[in-house]
Amino acid sequence: MTFKERLESGKFVVVAELQPPKGIDLSELYENAERLKGRLDAVNVPDLQNAIMRLGSLSVCALLKEKGLEVIANLSCSDRNRLALQSELLNVSALGLKNVLILRGDPPSIGDHFEAQAVFDLDVMGLLGAAKRLQEGYDLMGNDLQGKPQLFVGTQVNAAAKGHVLDLEMMDMEKKIRLGANFFFTGSIYDPGLLENFVKKVAHFKVPIIAGITLLKSVGMARYVNKHVEGALIPDSVIDRLMKASDKQKASVEIAGDLIRAMKPLCRGIQIIPIGWENLIPALLDQVGL
Amino acid sequence: MIKAEQKPMDEILRYLSPYDRILLSGCGACVTVCHAGGEKEVELLASALKMAFRKSGKSLEVLEATPARQCEPEFASELSETIEKVEAVISIACGVGVQTLARHFPKTPVFPGVNTTFLGETVTHGVWEERCQACGNCILERTGGICPVARCAKQLFNGPCGGSSKGKCEIKREADCAWQLIYDRLKGLGQLYRMEEIIPARRWGVESRDSGPRRIVREDLKV
Repeated sequence: MTFKERLESGKFVVVAELQPPKGIDLSELYENAERLKGRLDAVNVPDLQNAIMRLGSLSVCALLKEKGLEVIANLSCSDRNRLALQSELLNVSALGLKNVLILRGDPPSIGDHFEAQAVFDLDVMGLLGAAKRLQEGYDLMGNDLQGKPQLFVGTQVNAAAKGHVLDLEMMDMEKKIRLGANFFFTGSIYDPGLLENFVKKVAHFKVPIIAGITLLKSVGMARYVNKHVEGALIPDSVIDRLMKASDKQKASVEIAGDLIRAMKPLCRGIQIIPIGWENLIPALLDQVGL
Repeated sequence: MIKAEQKPMDEILRYLSPYDRILLSGCGACVTVCHAGGEKEVELLASALKMAFRKSGKSLEVLEATPARQCEPEFASELSETIEKVEAVISIACGVGVQTLARHFPKTPVFPGVNTTFLGETVTHGVWEERCQACGNCILERTGGICPVARCAKQLFNGPCGGSSKGKCEIKREADCAWQLIYDRLKGLGQLYRMEEIIPARRWGVESRDSGPRRIVREDLKV
């Protein structure tokens, strides 16, 4: 059963993020992919995440597909204009990849090429609109396409939003659904209460929500996230648990496991974001019986 | 100076449809020079708006003002009393002026009556051309005083592209090829050797708008 079929038939999906290398040595990526084969419904491959120049999402997706893994190609608005973005969506479909996650993308000024020009020719709504029109058989200028691409389109939602930010997020989500979003990935969530509050608010949209679970690698990282990531709230109890643990990796997996168990009834899937600890994913999945 | 052009009447009328008492504010600086938003244009637009309202069986009261520079807070604040009396403002200053009023008068809607188009030069009466994009790091020293950022359609730093014909741009045929102008000028100055230099890729993310809106702070002038 494909990722799309699983979501459409109401089944729970398990996704993991695999970051492309900075360069073309794919050995580590392949090793991780091999380790995860059969355990995931899809591998999510970021596109120049954090504005760090790397191998592209599309080629990694095509290569992982050849190795028998289902993939979710990522496409962000930050680095390409509307010609390149639409062409990339055609590439996704022509390569038989189908699943695509559409993102705003990170401004180059935060990354390792901070002198670069930011593109943002289209925003997420514009790119979702483009994906919709391409699937209907014509491009953004209304030109007919020779063969319609077939895509299964996801985008991001901030499930940790509160107060008026949550109201805005819901308006945003409604627009994204109108523009054809088939599923949503949340950012990293560290407090199941926040997700519960969010899914209750958006239940009427009836669109699958896949929760992001990031492996916390250190107390420093947790504190950094709390300080700098808008909306992220890692509870003190979690930070304490990590601080007291003698085996940080084991504690991190246990914390993620508890989160998955608490969030599984609330959402339609999880995306594990390992940030270098890809080798721990199988143990995490064993722990939660997925 | 900043150049602007009046928006289509239909668009301005659409903004104004819910109101019957407005302030039309021009600006005595750049937009006066390009005949888009000075005192004269305020007068003309006010009459045109009133006529258009009358034609559709409604009435519109238009208070008129043209502060010396709408983008300067002290001039904008001169409008405080007048703005108390109106439901909305149409500003025919540039986008900066519109935002200055919007910031000063949070309870009154402020609508733009012009499209702010570019930083440019008067070529002849009634003709203005783009000359500067405020990119944040002027390279006119290297290009004979002719800006490839503002004037080359491809924004090439190491032109020409090879597509120009008879000195005209291949993308905008009525425009002069910036790199032809640069070549002619450097030749005239005896500085053609400057074309041998490779101008490196720009640091857009550092110098320009790409890392967010820019700000200048002069500690020596702060009060």
